[in-house]
Amino acid sequence: MTTATNTIEELANKEYKWGFVTEIESDSIPRGLNEDIIRMISAKKNEPEFMLEWRLKSYRHWLTMKEPTWQNVHFPPIDYQNIIYYAAPKQQKALNGLEEVDPQLLATYEKLGISLKEQERLSGVAVDAVFDSVSVATTFKDKLAEMGIIFCSFSEAVLHHPDLVQKYLGSVVPYTDNFFATLNSAVFSDGSFCYIPKGVRCPMELSTYFRINAADTGQFERTLIIAEEGSYVSYLEGCTAPMRDENQLHAAVVELVALDNAQIKYSTVQNWYPGDKDGKGGIYNFVTKRGKCLGINSKISWTQVETGSAITWKYPSCILQGDNSIGEFYSVALTNNYQQADTGTKMIHIGKNTRSTIVSKGISAGHGQNTYRGAVKILKNATAARNFSQCDSLLLGDKCGAHTFPYIEVKNSTAQMEHEASTSKIGEDQIFYCKQRGISAEDAVSMIVNGFCKEVFRELPMEFAVEAQKLLGVSLEGSVG
Amino acid sequence: MLEIRNLHAQVEGKEILRGIDLKVNAGEIHAIMGPNGSGKSTLAQVLAGRDSYWVTEGEVFFEGKNLLEMAPEDRARQGIFMAFQYPVEIPGVSNTYFLKAALNAIRKHRGQDELDAMDFLKLVKEKMKLMDMDESLINRRVNEGFSGGEKKRNEIFQMAVLDPKLAILDETDSGLDIDALKIVANGVNALHARHRAVIVITHYQRLLNYIVPDYVHVLSNGRFVRSGGKELALELEDKGYAWLEEEVENVQTVKS
Repeated sequence: MTTATNTIEELANKEYKWGFVTEIESDSIPRGLNEDIIRMISAKKNEPEFMLEWRLKSYRHWLTMKEPTWQNVHFPPIDYQNIIYYAAPKQQKALNGLEEVDPQLLATYEKLGISLKEQERLSGVAVDAVFDSVSVATTFKDKLAEMGIIFCSFSEAVLHHPDLVQKYLGSVVPYTDNFFATLNSAVFSDGSFCYIPKGVRCPMELSTYFRINAADTGQFERTLIIAEEGSYVSYLEGCTAPMRDENQLHAAVVELVALDNAQIKYSTVQNWYPGDKDGKGGIYNFVTKRGKCLGINSKISWTQVETGSAITWKYPSCILQGDNSIGEFYSVALTNNYQQADTGTKMIHIGKNTRSTIVSKGISAGHGQNTYRGAVKILKNATAARNFSQCDSLLLGDKCGAHTFPYIEVKNSTAQMEHEASTSKIGEDQIFYCKQRGISAEDAVSMIVNGFCKEVFRELPMEFAVEAQKLLGVSLEGSVG
Repeated sequence: MLEIRNLHAQVEGKEILRGIDLKVNAGEIHAIMGPNGSGKSTLAQVLAGRDSYWVTEGEVFFEGKNLLEMAPEDRARQGIFMAFQYPVEIPGVSNTYFLKAALNAIRKHRGQDELDAMDFLKLVKEKMKLMDMDESLINRRVNEGFSGGEKKRNEIFQMAVLDPKLAILDETDSGLDIDALKIVANGVNALHARHRAVIVITHYQRLLNYIVPDYVHVLSNGRFVRSGGKELALELEDKGYAWLEEEVENVQTVKS
């Protein structure tokens, strides 16, 4: 075996850095799922009647559905009755500020490198931290409130802004949408809510860090972002999870709504626990993310860097309903060891002159399997719609795989479609060339991978781009053959 | 600077080098010539540390240190540079970025500060002039879409920036037209310095019209069959390699 391959394997065997568990008493409900559990979740959160009704409606519909099997991933059957659907850190009284937050919780965030205190003091990032299921601290809320921006946990939004929630909840991802989204609609425990009023440009990046902590807890969070006419918001989502032997289910739903001339930029860096080098453990990340460009000239842009999870299954999509609206999808998905990713996007062109751009970069190392699945639909009235798609795959080593499934459906003859694809491999000769110039194998791989991902990283907010580069480095260290 | 003693090496179980001895001092230019398959490129690869080449016997010292124990990147950082016969393309990585990473890795090893972008750019511009390179090349991806001549020129340009102690040019002349050959040779000559040694590996005498060696060694069947001054190259040009090979065979026949 060559040194280069050895190095790849060393890198692949690097331990997951965030695998610590925070010892906090957890307030959980019994395992399993039935209408009583749902009533219990709703009651614990003091939800209004409409919310409970919606949950029950979703649950009843879910019972009629079957787990999808079309995706290119493999996992043992999930026992939905063996999941705890709600876990909250025990500490129920309302918080007046960060000072009151459990210091152990804050220490956990500090380990993740997102000290809320630091953030509050130093940066312009407002963080809504979701720890297991309940939002524990929201920074900058007051500052944002002055501008009319609502940025709070989903539970708070249900209590304080029920009209907005009722109007937009399920308007992009209906409760009947798909198996996992429907399950989420029934049992979601918390998440983030964001409302940008007319004409307001949100002055800072809004950010949520999700973290799954309690063992055997499925996390079902829900995010709803509404950008009113002429507003702008950039939203960051980052994820980590501690190391566990059991696979944990993460079935989130994200809905974005952009009205006339509004813009939403949604960036994700996903670093859930991917399982160990033999493929044991890890998060199942089955997420439904969709944005609706409801108004004219509106724009929704998804950027994602996916380095974690045992299985990733998600397609951040755009419904381009308003005329001249724009949808973008920039993605880097990395699979190493036994990770599997089936990810991509859907661009649905409904309005006239709608445009979409897809740039997908898949990196496979170890035994990783990486699938790009994308659909571009141009509907009948979408005159002069345009799409540009680019799917590139990079292979490291000879045991991994890259797969591309582009679907195109065009019902209007004025549409313009472009699709580019490439597959390349980091070769031993490239690594040797770099080494002969004094560059170590690790640096060579990271240089080549970063070069490969440049077009996507460019779309990330600055501090996120740096984090993403580091993450790729950690996830890959040495993976070359 | 470089001392090779009784070096034997295999590729895929086949013995290619069968006892090479060579001493190279700072400031010298050595040419290694020989027919195809004689082991010229193998020698270069072994010196650079390519891992598919197995050293079965012998020693190599570089500035008194055991070269064969060093990883390829450490050899590079110690000051060994190889201009590749087939420079490798690295898509997505710009030439500037690549070269800066290389230079700073080497500088760090030497205990020097990393060069900042401004100083680096100044250095790069100066060396580009030397190689008569188009400025756009530096912003392009490493060797991607370069013509054969551009690739070879890029190798010498990298050498100029990295300032090695020992440069090994592995068939840098192959595939070059006469103009490109002159540019590459001028570049190498401009880099000729007292602190630097150069090993030029070539099949043809042609390059040695422009880069004048102090010593010429002829490699045949994994051994040096003759060493001499620059006139040896001319003799070879006249008589071809067969002449030397026959002579060696005769000697061996007589011995046996």
